[in-house]
Amino acid sequence: MPLLKDGKVVDDVWAFVEDGHELSPGGCITVSLARFLSEHDQLLARNRSIGVRLAVSDDPALLAPFLDQLHLIELQFPKYTDGRAFSQSQLLRRRYNYKGEIRATGQVLRDQLRLMIRSGFDAVMIDEANAEGVYDFSAHEFSEFYQAASDTTDTIFMKRQKKREEKAAE
Amino acid sequence: MYRYDEFDETLVRERAKQFRGQVERRLKGELKEENFKPLRLQNGVYLQLHAYMFRIAVPYGQLSSRKLRQLAMIADKYDKGYGHFTTRQNIQFNWIKLAEIPDALEALADVEMHAIQTSGNCIRNVTSDHLAGAAFDELEDPRPWCEIIRQWSTFHPEFSALPRKFKIAVTAATPDRAAVKVHDIGLLMKKNAEGEVGFEVLVGGGLGRTPYIGLTIRDWVSKQDLLSYLEANMRVYNRHGRRDNKYKARIKILVNELGEAEYRREVEEEFANQNAWEKVVLPQDEVDRITAYFAPPKFETLPAKSAALDAAIAADRHFARWTKNNLRAHKIPGYTAVHIALKPQGVAPGDCSSAQMRAAADIAEKFGLDDIRVAHEQDLVLPHVKLDDVPAVYAALKAADMHASNAGLGSDIIACPGLDYCNLSNARSISVANEVQALFADPEFEDEVGTLHINVSGCINACGHHHVGHIGILGVDKKGEEFYQILFGGRADEKAAIGEIQGPGLRHEEVAPALKRVISRYMELRISKTEKLADTMTRLGQAPFKEALYASA
Repeated sequence: MPLLKDGKVVDDVWAFVEDGHELSPGGCITVSLARFLSEHDQLLARNRSIGVRLAVSDDPALLAPFLDQLHLIELQFPKYTDGRAFSQSQLLRRRYNYKGEIRATGQVLRDQLRLMIRSGFDAVMIDEANAEGVYDFSAHEFSEFYQAASDTTDTIFMKRQKKREEKAAE
Repeated sequence: MYRYDEFDETLVRERAKQFRGQVERRLKGELKEENFKPLRLQNGVYLQLHAYMFRIAVPYGQLSSRKLRQLAMIADKYDKGYGHFTTRQNIQFNWIKLAEIPDALEALADVEMHAIQTSGNCIRNVTSDHLAGAAFDELEDPRPWCEIIRQWSTFHPEFSALPRKFKIAVTAATPDRAAVKVHDIGLLMKKNAEGEVGFEVLVGGGLGRTPYIGLTIRDWVSKQDLLSYLEANMRVYNRHGRRDNKYKARIKILVNELGEAEYRREVEEEFANQNAWEKVVLPQDEVDRITAYFAPPKFETLPAKSAALDAAIAADRHFARWTKNNLRAHKIPGYTAVHIALKPQGVAPGDCSSAQMRAAADIAEKFGLDDIRVAHEQDLVLPHVKLDDVPAVYAALKAADMHASNAGLGSDIIACPGLDYCNLSNARSISVANEVQALFADPEFEDEVGTLHINVSGCINACGHHHVGHIGILGVDKKGEEFYQILFGGRADEKAAIGEIQGPGLRHEEVAPALKRVISRYMELRISKTEKLADTMTRLGQAPFKEALYASA
């Protein structure tokens, strides 16, 4: 399945290591939240990139102390109807100021890409033949937004205000 | 009335274009029904028993003649010449073709309308008091805040895949005509101790399988904080609402399972943790801009009484009855609000033909300051009519067969479409409603009975609001046969209460005769003509009425 990063197909260099399994000696690895929380000292001490896979019910706040040392957080859409990862992503980006990659996995539908981009996802695993084309289309389907979100705070409300101020300045 | 600017316009146009693309992919087979479903639902498109159903948003129930005429056009061009006004102040078309819905969306965009979020697990069309801006008993006009909530909730990136649908209602009046206590979030505008107007926030009300009255989670939140506080509620619900069982997924179950205090604590904690840049704060200029669209129209200075109206009442007893039942007090002397009851005998409640829509549009334009509301009772309302013009309005309504005189009375029944249209339903609603309506065929008898709300749902999803009818009727399926359970004691106003099921279900043909006995019992037991059935039941308890219900001859 293609992995898109910022809308471009890239190789997936990350491997998820199941709880209880040995860590491979090299490469970039993701682990579960539970494992990360119990082993973060050892994990972060190794000279390698570490990521965490959150389950939909996990609380992103638990990662807050470690976010500047994490390179990837994987969030899940077990079904397209389960929107919990939208809240997790918004929390990571807007409340805890996480700058690394947020990746969507699971049932990622092209028609929800816009919501994901808005909520702060910069990477998606998506089952589409023309993944880049689909992403580009969805990213630009709408040109205006009422809500500030992880992608933009230049909302319709703010644009209206700017127009009023420009008019007043004339 | 709010008017779109270039930004609002761009969004509904882009939405129509997006849905056209999705429908094309669906019709070509590139998109499976399973994956198309959430997309069509968020555009108000359901798959019903016979055809697709298309639900159009009427934000807080407000229409203009231009909008209503466009709905009439859609009824004629894409449907069978009529539409169905719903309990959520929207309109539905039951016979539309999927391939034509994108064209209908374009036609709606032409008049600043849309079908965004009229279904699906998202924040639905916000509803309000149908007399907003006209009512003498409101604190201030709630519509600017309804419009602000509409914009904030449209395509919200975080709250578009909620555990379940989410309904918000706003009122600023007592009595409550917007049923805010039976919404996921009900907002009641009120003053705090310092005299500043804000909102009491009720959470977790709702009907359906598990009816609850909403709980006051915040006694008062300021206008400035409203959207941020709503976001805190939505986030707690999106993260923690149940997703394992769709019948336990509404916010009322979360509030109930956590308990009121714990739910409040979680929301307050989330609200307190919001960073400054996470707050949803509108510039005051923007609030003022939106509010200005709802400024009172230019009312004339008129005497409080109209001689012309009084003369017409004296001359025609049918007209007299209609004015007694269908007019509502207005805040400006010499004006009244007019209920157009879409409940003539023998018609599906809420149904309206394209000719009737055009007639109502013409009347509103000529006599009603171009303002038309959809009431949650599935009626239309002209909120601003001069008393002097009431006889002419009646004559025009009569010419369009829209002069039913039963607003708020026994035959003004709320009913869902039921088994005739809906694939969720267990039993017919319209036919049972029609048989009950026939009990009130004699206008003198109907007036004698007085205020009475009878609500009919064809299944436990409760689209006909059976829990909050003074008398509720619920269709159930028992081994392939339709039965109807009867509830007493419900109400949707500021004294909101959930009705109680009285006992075993009745057969279709038994319902009307049984209710006739209940109403006769009420007439024997009431202490005065002004004591409503709901109040007699409160005073005496339900036992005498239950006895009458099952006392078959």
